[in-house]
Amino acid sequence: MIQAQGLGRRFGPKRVIRDLDLDVRAGELLLVTGPNGSGKSTLLALMVGLLAPTEGEIEVDLPRGRIGYLAHEALVYKELTALENLDLYGRLYHVAERRETIGALLERFGLWDVRHQRVGSFSRGMQQRLGLCRVLLHGPELLLLDEPYSGLDASARTLVDDVLAEAAGARTLVVSSHEPEYVRPLATQALALA
Amino acid sequence: MSLRNNQAVLLAAAASVLLVAGLALALFWAPEDADQGFSQRIFYVHVPIALTAYACFGWGAWKALRLLWTRESRYDLESYTAVHMGVIFGILTLVTGSIWAKISWGVWWTWSERQLTLFLVLFLFYCAYFMLRFSVESGPRRANLSAVYALFGVALIPVSFLAIRLAENFIHPVVFTRDGPQMSGSMFLVFCVCLAAMLGLFASLYTNELTGKRLDARLRELREAVE
Amino acid sequence: MTYFADVAALARKDILLELRSRDTLPAMLLFVVSALVVFHFALPSDASVTASTGLLWIALLFTALLGLGRAFSAEREQRVLDGLVLAPCDRSAIWLAKSLGVLVFLGVAEAVALPAYALFFGPVGWELVAAVLLADLGLAAVGTLLAAMAAASRARELLLPLLFLPLVIPVVVGGVGATVVDDPGRYLGFLALYDLIFAILSWASFEYVVAE
Repeated sequence: MIQAQGLGRRFGPKRVIRDLDLDVRAGELLLVTGPNGSGKSTLLALMVGLLAPTEGEIEVDLPRGRIGYLAHEALVYKELTALENLDLYGRLYHVAERRETIGALLERFGLWDVRHQRVGSFSRGMQQRLGLCRVLLHGPELLLLDEPYSGLDASARTLVDDVLAEAAGARTLVVSSHEPEYVRPLATQALALA
Repeated sequence: MSLRNNQAVLLAAAASVLLVAGLALALFWAPEDADQGFSQRIFYVHVPIALTAYACFGWGAWKALRLLWTRESRYDLESYTAVHMGVIFGILTLVTGSIWAKISWGVWWTWSERQLTLFLVLFLFYCAYFMLRFSVESGPRRANLSAVYALFGVALIPVSFLAIRLAENFIHPVVFTRDGPQMSGSMFLVFCVCLAAMLGLFASLYTNELTGKRLDARLRELREAVE
Repeated sequence: MTYFADVAALARKDILLELRSRDTLPAMLLFVVSALVVFHFALPSDASVTASTGLLWIALLFTALLGLGRAFSAEREQRVLDGLVLAPCDRSAIWLAKSLGVLVFLGVAEAVALPAYALFFGPVGWELVAAVLLADLGLAAVGTLLAAMAAASRARELLLPLLFLPLVIPVVVGGVGATVVDDPGRYLGFLALYDLIFAILSWASFEYVVAE
């Protein structure tokens, strides 16, 4: 599903990823670890197509609409409510039965009661949970999660654990994390970036 | 590698020969213009430089199109170099045009010269091109933005020219006219030699600068590989 | 026709955002009226119609710049533009939706500016209104693309005017010409030509401005 040969990416003079080869099959879970600045976020951005490689090549066998990408930032409008944000993404991704799917996700991630609140008033943990809703909204076959646990409290972390447990095997996953203890047993491949 | 070197040297030699020949012809051999006298000869330098500047921008836009089409990063450097050359020739156009205006009419600038006005607008446009490049980090993003902007530039050229012509209806500049050169056969010959010379100069400078920039990039790559 | 559904969804979002924050449009309205008042003091008393028309067009250009500077500000926070770019919809739909929003803002600003101009300076004929409407199309089309370009750079507030002004010189020529000359048809036609060329160019190249 994801193939990379000699993949490299530089920002100006700085090389963040250098000469990377990858082969991720459908249904696998790739765990990406490494210290800050080692290029984990860059790698995921390359996979989803937000960044183009400066060396080598990377190929993902899925169209954009079948990929879900969870970034550091929530990728949601602060001035809109949670519901409005998800409704927008639901329309853009042509989600069938939009209202029901959104409602179910908001409930699952404990955001139903605040669905009419501006995202700007959300805590970091709530924003991250909204991000998870956004990522799962269109039922993607490939999930790219960049530090999904960051900023979450214990109960929210369990939610992420559930998502991973449910998705592993059914979908393809690439997860980057600082604290990979939960993910490691689920991973079929591990990549440690320096 | 040496074949390319040979080609570059030949190109430079040809350009030099044409330049010398063209200037000599323009200064000494071309017939004197009845109206303007000796100063008219600057036409043989000014117009070929202007046409070459257009050629530079066109070449830059072509390379930009190739970049967007194939996503190969080498076209970014080629497009940038061409635009860079175009701006240099553009400045020369403005300078020679200004000198010509001073000699002909005693003013350093006149809005009635459509070509000059067009070049002023283009000069502003392509200066912004450099500002754009300076304020974005190098990489695929900058290459894409520069390419799109270069394409807009080439679309702007005819539109601006039309605009300048239309503007004359209500701007009423102090109109200086000069009879467009009804070029006799020998004048045309000199003009063509000078045009070939300027285009040759562009080609030679372009190849040299590209080679230089590519070497720089290669050197950086090697340095990094060693680190 | 999912393309137009996407455009509608995005345009709806932009309208919602402006209704919530209510900062860009009022600023544009205040700016254009202030500019006209400044111009009254800047013009000598024997100034011609052409001069005051020219200043109106300058006021409109800079009001457009003000609005365009804010066009992608909501997307810049939180990197939402990345979220939109990753959606399966055509990236040009983002451009179209934004341009429509900018167009609406410009229209509202002119609905205030033209009466103010008529009050302060002189009568407003149908040619001026037609020219302004045609000019809006070109300004919105080109401006939205350039705003996205500037948003990708480090020096965005500085860069946008530099990119914008040379490109819209033909619009000023068309607009002033249509107002001042006896036969406005040629100038209105020229504005339409500008709109066509640059709208198509912007529509086709937006993809490359927001994605790598």
